Amino acid sequence: MLHPDRRRFLELSAAGLGAAGLAGALPGAAGAATASPFKPEKGATLQLLRWTGFVKNDDIIWAEHTKNFTAQTGVPVEIQELNWPDVTPKAALAAQVGSGPDIVMGWNDDPFIYPDKLLDMSDLAEYMGKQHGGYYDTARAYCYDPDVKRWVALPVGVTGNAVVYRQSWMREAGFESFPKDFPGFLKLAQGLKKIDHPCGFSLGHAVGDANSWTHLVLWGFGGKQTNPDNSIAINSSETANALEYARQLYEVMIPGVSGWLDPSNNQAFLAGQCSMTMNGISIWYVAKDQFPAMAPDIFHALPPYGPSKQHSIMNNFTSAYIFKYSKYPQAAKEYLRYMLDEAQAAPWVTGMRGYVTLALKGYAELPIWTSDPKITPYRDSMEVTRFDGYNGRPGRAPAQALDEFVIVDMFADVAVNKMTPKDAMRKAEARLMTIYKHT
Amino acid sequence: MTGGSRLRSRLDSPRVLGIVLVAPAAILLLGLIAYPLLWGVWLSMTSATLGATGVFVGLQNYAVILADPVFRGAAMFSVLYTLLAEAGKLALGLALALILNQSFRGQRAARALMLLPWVAPTVLSALAWLWLLDPQFSAVSWLLVRMHLISRNLDFLGTPASARASLIVVNIWRGLPYFAIGYLAGLQSISKDLYEAAAIDGAAGWQAFRRITWPLLAPITTILVAFSSIFTLTDFQLIWTITRGGPTDATQVFTTLAYQRAIVAGQLGEGAAIAISPIVFMIVLAFFVVRSVREQ
Repeated sequence: MLHPDRRRFLELSAAGLGAAGLAGALPGAAGAATASPFKPEKGATLQLLRWTGFVKNDDIIWAEHTKNFTAQTGVPVEIQELNWPDVTPKAALAAQVGSGPDIVMGWNDDPFIYPDKLLDMSDLAEYMGKQHGGYYDTARAYCYDPDVKRWVALPVGVTGNAVVYRQSWMREAGFESFPKDFPGFLKLAQGLKKIDHPCGFSLGHAVGDANSWTHLVLWGFGGKQTNPDNSIAINSSETANALEYARQLYEVMIPGVSGWLDPSNNQAFLAGQCSMTMNGISIWYVAKDQFPAMAPDIFHALPPYGPSKQHSIMNNFTSAYIFKYSKYPQAAKEYLRYMLDEAQAAPWVTGMRGYVTLALKGYAELPIWTSDPKITPYRDSMEVTRFDGYNGRPGRAPAQALDEFVIVDMFADVAVNKMTPKDAMRKAEARLMTIYKHT
Repeated sequence: MTGGSRLRSRLDSPRVLGIVLVAPAAILLLGLIAYPLLWGVWLSMTSATLGATGVFVGLQNYAVILADPVFRGAAMFSVLYTLLAEAGKLALGLALALILNQSFRGQRAARALMLLPWVAPTVLSALAWLWLLDPQFSAVSWLLVRMHLISRNLDFLGTPASARASLIVVNIWRGLPYFAIGYLAGLQSISKDLYEAAAIDGAAGWQAFRRITWPLLAPITTILVAFSSIFTLTDFQLIWTITRGGPTDATQVFTTLAYQRAIVAGQLGEGAAIAISPIVFMIVLAFFVVRSVREQ
């Protein structure tokens, strides 16, 4: 049975699609812009700072939709793209000096670092939520500030991670289907090593890839960085179990993962040297275009769950926020509304073959998710995403802990540097205490 | 007396002319070096973050970083990195200069080629090294495996020791031409008469090098080592491109850690304290440079 929100969304989107189509056919006609509660200011111009697309269709489609927005509203939008880890510092600088882009598509805790510099997004966030089936919990955690009781950012979505594997090698290792839990996953990794096609998960300073799987293991065993009151909770038997599990997994990985940066697992996988890793849909996306012989053998699976019996993954979450210094807040809101309305969001996500999973629940019904079973695991990326620093509060401290690879290095200390789990936990605990105390 | 002639007569005074001529350089130095440096010192004594100006906290940031094992590790590796890389560059640079000082066919081409690592943009050469040191795709490992010297790829960047050693080698490769070209200039300024006189007295080879070449190269050695040490101690691009300070912070140096804390994580005060801390080493090095220049 469809969720009531989803049913409502489908009804609305069927109507919306027609309206958008009409607006597309009649440029400049009173389309979505006039139906919207957000009216761009006269003479408005906008600057958007966003991350460079991970897959090429992302930027192309986004730019195309922006062009259409300008044609319909007369509001020119200048898009500046940066390598994704560079967006956060640039946005923070803009917040400090009080000038720069009107809108930023940033990452994770960004809005909580300078919430007082951001426009109240409650009207837009609530409007979009009502239109498109509401938000997943993690989206709310990252964008709604309970202290000031308002939305400080508009949730966009996550670049989801799933396990990417070569099916033929999985079968050769004795598995007919992908294991659902941690013990089965470890057995598969050991089997892959036996047939000389080892798996590989980054333990280097890879911002996305190393954080995603180490947090999966930490949370899967019930470990957590902090308690809800932000007190440090990393030193626990659950974390120790997670570290021991990771150590066993590391033993059967391809050599060199401790030096891997973000592109490394993609390269090793596409070169046929790595049989299984955790990644966004980009490996398969590239393989489809550039390695057609390999692509049919590449499959995706929702990462396994641990003793906590919950899927809990660290996916990078992106949200859009508007600075108070923007002279054209209504135009900025209308732009975001337009870009995430179904007429634009659907072709954007479809063109990216699901690289971004949107934070609005209604978009889980987009046909792209079921158009190919290989894409389907990424549909649930929002549902299974936990916020960084779990189970504390978003803010500068968890962001800093993530930037400093505290969790990744704790795992690497045990797996690579042969530290005992106890010592590695104490080291991480000491660093976390310093970070949380001084931020 | 017209305005123009009044100005001319003022400029005839050496005191006024001196100030006028020095002023542009002084303004540039004050604006581009002294002001940011002093601002950095001030920031290091505040709780400033990206997004908030913060308040004065005295030396608290310094106390925090001194108690931080990651900072202490970064400081240790910065010094080790500089010492070993300088020693390598000095020895190999001198050897290279001695070779290039000989007459041989293709000498000019060899001298031009030698400069390549120095003139190539650092990020590009660092990316090339990233591939050469890659655990899966390293051409070095590939060659050694094909030569049956090793059975599987070397993990250059996977362990703290190997990652540190790899970065030092890359830094030596990059800085070698600076020493070689400096020494080559030094060698060419040594009069041949000295060697002829030494030969008459029965000194040649190692003895001539030790008694003539090396002492006469001493002043240039001081300048080369001092300047190069400053470049090495403040190296950022090579390390950030190749390891990002990993694995497990083993290759963090002052600059990468300052960048990570101040810009990536937004802790401007703490990051500034880390960035300011190597200034003690810099002052010592600058002292040697200034003294050496004065002596010459």
